[in-house]
Amino acid sequence: MNSSLLGQLLINGLIIGTLYGVVAMCFVLIYKSTKVVNFAQGEFLLIGAWTCWWLLVRFELPFWAGFPLTLCFMVVFGIALQVLVLRPMIGEPIISVIMVTIGLSMFFQSLMGWMFGGFPRPYPQAFSTESIDVFGLQVQTPYVMSMVISLVIMAAFYYFFRFSKAGLAMRATAFNQQVAQSLGISVKNVFAGAWAISAVVSALAGIVIGMVNGVSSALSFFGIKVFPAVILGGLDSIVGAVVGGLIIGVLENLAEFVDGQYLHIGNLYSVAPFYALVIILMIRPYGLFGTKDIERI
Amino acid sequence: MTEPAVSAAPPLLVVNNIEVVYDEVILVLRGVSLEVPQGSIVTLLGPNGAGKSTTLKAISGLLRSEDGRVTRGSISYHGDEIANSEPEKIVRRGIFQVMEGRRIIEDMTVIENLRLGAYTRRTRNLTDDMDQVFSYFPRLKERTGMAGYLSGGEQQMLAIGRALMARPKMILLDEPSMGLSPLLVQEVFEIIRTINREQGITMLLVEQNANMALRCADYGYIMESGKIVMDGTREELLNNEDIKQFYLGGGGERRAFKNLKSYKRRKRWL
Repeated sequence: MNSSLLGQLLINGLIIGTLYGVVAMCFVLIYKSTKVVNFAQGEFLLIGAWTCWWLLVRFELPFWAGFPLTLCFMVVFGIALQVLVLRPMIGEPIISVIMVTIGLSMFFQSLMGWMFGGFPRPYPQAFSTESIDVFGLQVQTPYVMSMVISLVIMAAFYYFFRFSKAGLAMRATAFNQQVAQSLGISVKNVFAGAWAISAVVSALAGIVIGMVNGVSSALSFFGIKVFPAVILGGLDSIVGAVVGGLIIGVLENLAEFVDGQYLHIGNLYSVAPFYALVIILMIRPYGLFGTKDIERI
Repeated sequence: MTEPAVSAAPPLLVVNNIEVVYDEVILVLRGVSLEVPQGSIVTLLGPNGAGKSTTLKAISGLLRSEDGRVTRGSISYHGDEIANSEPEKIVRRGIFQVMEGRRIIEDMTVIENLRLGAYTRRTRNLTDDMDQVFSYFPRLKERTGMAGYLSGGEQQMLAIGRALMARPKMILLDEPSMGLSPLLVQEVFEIIRTINREQGITMLLVEQNANMALRCADYGYIMESGKIVMDGTREELLNNEDIKQFYLGGGGERRAFKNLKSYKRRKRWL
């Protein structure tokens, strides 16, 4: 048994897991406050990463200018998407809304492919790619950066929902829209806000991953990987999303280890989360932290 | 018709002959008119399904989220027309509805619920307001867990406290006595009176517990199947034989059950 390889893969799993957790939180945020199952979550990463790449490479903006510009764009993008596409769907059957988000996913994937091509493009060097030493294991600096950024985002989410007025309003809306309205909360604004936050944070995750692996259509695959994470954690639990993301990240890398060392099937790591998904749906369909009476998707 | 003394000034809220339709077809209110003078407590009584809650929701704008609409008549508040406005605008103008069944946010703490009550206010410092709420409802102060675990009475107190946090000019109370023990009902009504007196907040109170509500109110309206069928001051209503018969229980001389039933059938107000 190769224990140093195992350790390395576990660290990778935790790092990728926090990123899954961040994207899963964004997914849960939209589901919880607007009851929309957003199949286009992965495309938020893709659009954010490409926008940033475009600003940095085509317009040769420095990172400190291109990065905030991208985030601003994503705020506008998230609000526009909610107002133009999702708002007219309020009150429609859930299956119609799902179809719309699947349509959005395909549309944006093709649009990005058409605009930027199908090949991965690297970001201009923003961080050094040296490795640092963590308990005797080599971890690349961008990975450490991504982990730090993810943790900061999670702390920000916690603060937002616990202490900020807008966060409380969002929770009230998730609890009951009519109650929220009776308190003077504009449900429309909360919906738009949820999509904006989700788009921005997803884009942030997309840029971080793009820094490490380069930008390519593979980013939208994150949106699909997020499903096992949110189903495991419970569709409507932000904490569950983080825990689910970490578990799926580690599980993926464990599968890689088992596969590489013993089974030699190849690519087991990319399907393992979905085996987990099937098993969770069979034994605990509402997830670890989710509410029991929840919509099936 | 004798009006309470406060009505020298124009009433704070005037509901004039409103008609409410749900889902474009179901006519629930068929011409309801009522006036709420500044600083008073007005109660709206009536049997189930008479349209009392609908009247409150028409005022607060919450009808919109139930596919309801005011199709005729007007609701004027401070002289401005507010019928069919968005609920958040109406809250910002100072009318706050405490919905039926308390409807506190169960997965939040007492403090978080109270903070949300002040959502429409700009002030960041809410400690004074919270202290005031806790002075009316001291037992809320000790509750630190999720609001869903509070007793029914405490939840009702929290719902009223949450309304106070908005510093409203007018509170619409929908059945504050629902599901509470007689002792608690008394306590809640006493606090409602105290708040009305001390803060000068105008109250429009919908109740099933006619006895309690009339004793607390300055003026009352009786509703049946979507219409106001009677109105009067507290004394007039408390001394009215029909009101005693139907709403206050007993009253007058005792009657045989058979006679009572036929009496009821004949003596509808419609």
